[in-house]
Amino acid sequence: MSDTKTSVKRRGFFSAVAVGGAAALTARPETATAQPAPPTPSATPPGAATAAAETKTPHELPLTEGRSGSDYMVDVIKTLDIDYLACMPGSTFRGLHESIINYGGNRKPEFLTCLHEEISVAMAHGYAKVANKPMAVLLHGPVGLQHASMAIYNAWCDRVPIVMLAGNGLDATKRRPGVEWAHTAQDNAAIVRDFVKFDDQPASYGHFAESLVRAYAISVTQPAAPVLIMADSELQELPIEDEPRGIPRLSLPRLPAGDPNALAEAARLLVAAENPVIVVDRYSRTQAGVDTLVALAEALQVPVINKLTRMNMPNQHHLNQTFRARALLGQADVILGIEVVDFWGTVNDLRDLIHREEVHLTKPTAKTISLGTTSVPMHANFQDFQRYQPVDIDIIGDGETSLPWLLEAVKRALPAERQAAIAGRGDKQRAAFKQIQGATLTNASYGWDASPISVARLCAELWDQIKDLDWALTAGESFFQSFWPQKLWKTEKVYQFIGGSGGYGVGYGAPGAVGTALAHREHGRFVVNIQGDGELMCCPGALWTAVHHKIPLLTVMHNNRAYHQELMHVQRMADRRTRGIDRAVIGTTITDPAIDYSKLAQSMGMWAAGPISDPNELGAALRKAIDVVKRGEPALVDVICQPR
Amino acid sequence: MRTLIMCLSVLSIAPAMAQDAARGQHLFMADGCYECHGTVGQGGAAAPKLAPDPLPAEAIAHYIRHPAAVMPPYVETLVGDADVRDIQAYLASLPQPKPLNDIPLLAR
Ligand code: HEC
Repeated sequence: MSDTKTSVKRRGFFSAVAVGGAAALTARPETATAQPAPPTPSATPPGAATAAAETKTPHELPLTEGRSGSDYMVDVIKTLDIDYLACMPGSTFRGLHESIINYGGNRKPEFLTCLHEEISVAMAHGYAKVANKPMAVLLHGPVGLQHASMAIYNAWCDRVPIVMLAGNGLDATKRRPGVEWAHTAQDNAAIVRDFVKFDDQPASYGHFAESLVRAYAISVTQPAAPVLIMADSELQELPIEDEPRGIPRLSLPRLPAGDPNALAEAARLLVAAENPVIVVDRYSRTQAGVDTLVALAEALQVPVINKLTRMNMPNQHHLNQTFRARALLGQADVILGIEVVDFWGTVNDLRDLIHREEVHLTKPTAKTISLGTTSVPMHANFQDFQRYQPVDIDIIGDGETSLPWLLEAVKRALPAERQAAIAGRGDKQRAAFKQIQGATLTNASYGWDASPISVARLCAELWDQIKDLDWALTAGESFFQSFWPQKLWKTEKVYQFIGGSGGYGVGYGAPGAVGTALAHREHGRFVVNIQGDGELMCCPGALWTAVHHKIPLLTVMHNNRAYHQELMHVQRMADRRTRGIDRAVIGTTITDPAIDYSKLAQSMGMWAAGPISDPNELGAALRKAIDVVKRGEPALVDVICQPR
Repeated sequence: MRTLIMCLSVLSIAPAMAQDAARGQHLFMADGCYECHGTVGQGGAAAPKLAPDPLPAEAIAHYIRHPAAVMPPYVETLVGDADVRDIQAYLASLPQPKPLNDIPLLAR
C-alpha cells in the first residue's frame, strides 16, 4: 500500500504521536512532520523544504500557544456587560469557545449549552424582553446561522436586541479540505441580512472590536433588533502578543423623543376629542413606561387598547379596554397609536373570504396620530412592516422617551372646564369595564367540566395557585389561549407579560420561555409558560437546557394534539371547496401516536406529570409541579386541552 | 317504485322525529365545528359560543350556509337539514354551566 492517502494517514498518525510528547521515539523522518505537507507519493524523495521540515525538532515548531486572538475577542465582549452567551457548539468558533470558558472564566458571559441554534436565539429573544439588555449568541458558520435564521426573524419582527457572533474563516488557504469549506461563506451574513440591523466580517482585531461595540449600540437603540458580527476563525486561533490592545468605549445614544411641536399638536387633538382612543403595541420596556401610559390615559380618561405584544397597561385598570377594541374604534374621533407596527390593520380589516374584503373599522373623519419608531421600515424584502397607512400626525420618536413629553403637553393643553366631561367619560369606561369583567367570568364557566379541559379552566386553575407569588407569564401567542390569562389574571408589572414571538415563526415558545425564566431567576420570580404542543416539538431540546442550567420554569402544556391554527385553515379551504369537510385533520393533527410530553420532559431529567384530561385532577398536578419549581427546578404538566 | 317512495319518506321523516344527539356530536367533531367553537360549543377566540341554549336548527342551518362574517360556509349537500338537526340536538343536550358562585375559582 503505497498510495497517497495511506501515506498521508501515516504521517498524521506519527505527528500525533510526536504531539503526544513521544518525540524521543525512534527518529523516523515522518515523525517530525508537524506542518501540513502536500500529499505526495511515498516513493518520492523528499525535496529541500520537506527535508528541512522533517529534520527540525518539534520544539522549533509552535505546538502550544498562549494568548490567542479569541482571548482579545473575549476582552472586547467583556466590556459590554453581557451576562450570558447561548450556544450550540461548532468548530468555526472553537477558539472563541475555549477562550470564553478558560480565559474568560465562563463569567460575563457565562456559556449556556443549547441543542439547536434556533433555541439559542429564541432564548436570547425571550431574555432580552425581561432583562432589558441583550444576550450574546454564538453561531456556527453558515450552517448554524441557517438553523438560527427563523428565530432571528422573530426577534427582528418583535424589535428585540440580540448580539450574535458567528465563526467564519475567510482565508481560503487556511481552510482544511472538506468540512471547513462547507462551513464557510464569503458573505455569511447575507443569509440573514434582511432581518438584522447591522452586520460585519471584521478583517483584524481592531476591526472586530470597533464593529462589535458599534453593533451592540445599534442593536439596543430603538427600534431594537438583532445584530451579527463574524469572528474570523483564523483570527480567533492565531497567537497574539501580550501587549494590551485598545478597545473602543461603548457609547449609547440617547433615544429620540418626538418633535415637541408635533407632540403639542397631538395633545390639542386628544384634549378636544369626544371619543379618543389609545392603541398601544411594542411600547413598554420599563415600569416607568407603563406608569406614564396609565397617567396619560387617566389624565384624559381615554380607553387603551393593547395589541398584546408587551405588557403596556395593567389589564385590570378600568381604562384597559382591549377586549372592546372594535366598538371603541368604531366610535373614535381621535386615535393615538403608540409604537403600532400595523396601523392599517388597526383601523381596517381584510376579511378571510374568497375575495378578500376590506372593512373600515373607523369613521372616515377620525383623526389618527402615530407616535413611535415603527412607521419607517428598515428593510424592504420581508414584509413585516405591514400595509401603508397614512396618518394625520406621524411623530417619529421612541414611545417610552416621548410619552412623558406628550403627557406634559396634554396637561398644559387641558382647560379646567373640560374636567367634568372627562370625568363623565371615565364613569362610562368604568361601567363598560365592569360589564366586560362579568361577561368574562360567565364565558369562562362554559365548558368548565369539559374534557379535553377548557383553556379557561386551565388558566383559572393556574391563576389560583400563582396569584400570591411574584409571578410572570412568558412567551406564547395570546390568541392560542383565547386570551384567558389576559382576561382572568391580574397583570400589573411590566415583566409579567411580554407578548409573543413577533414574527409568528413557530418554535419560539419553549426556548423563549427558558430565556425569559433565566432573566427572572435572579429576581426569584415564579415563571409560567403555557406551551403549545406542536410548537414544543420544533425545539424540545430547550427543556434540556432548562434542566441543565437549573432554570426554574413551570411549563404547562396546552396540548390540543394538533397544529390547530393550520387545522382551522385547512378546514376553511375544505368548507369553501365543498368536496369533503371531514379530512382537514390529515397533515394537521398530532395523533396516532399521541406524544407523551411528560415522558419527553422526564427523558431530559425534568419533573413532569400528565397527560391530564380530567379537569378535577388538574389542580393537584399543578400544585406538585409548582412545589418543584419553587425549589428552583423546571417542571412540566401535560394537559389535554380544548383547541382554543 | 313503492319501495323507493317509502325509502324517501322514511329518510325525510325519520330524522325529524328522532334527533340523534350522539350522531350530532359525531358530526360536530367530524365536520370540524369543534375546531373553532370548542368540543362543547363553549366558544373562544376563534368563534362564539353555541351551547348551552343553541339557536333553533333552522337558524343554525341558515347561518352555516350563509355565514354573516368570516365563518366558512357549509353547503347543504355536505351538512343536510337532518345533520343540522342532530348537531342542534347535541348542542341542546349540553348542560347549563354551574352558577358562578358554585365555581370557587370564578366567584368574585
Ligand atoms: C373556521 C372556524 C369555524 C368553523 C370550522 C365553524 N365555525 Fe361557526 N362560526 C365561526 C365564527 C368566527 C363565527 C362568528 C360569526 C362569523 O364570523 O361568521 C361563527 C358563528 C356560528 C354561528 C352563529 C352563532 C351566533 O350566535 O350568531 C353558528 C350557529 C355556527 N357558527 C355554527 C357552526 C357549525 C354547526 C359548524 C360546523 C358545521 C361551524 N359553525 C364551524 C367559525 C367557525
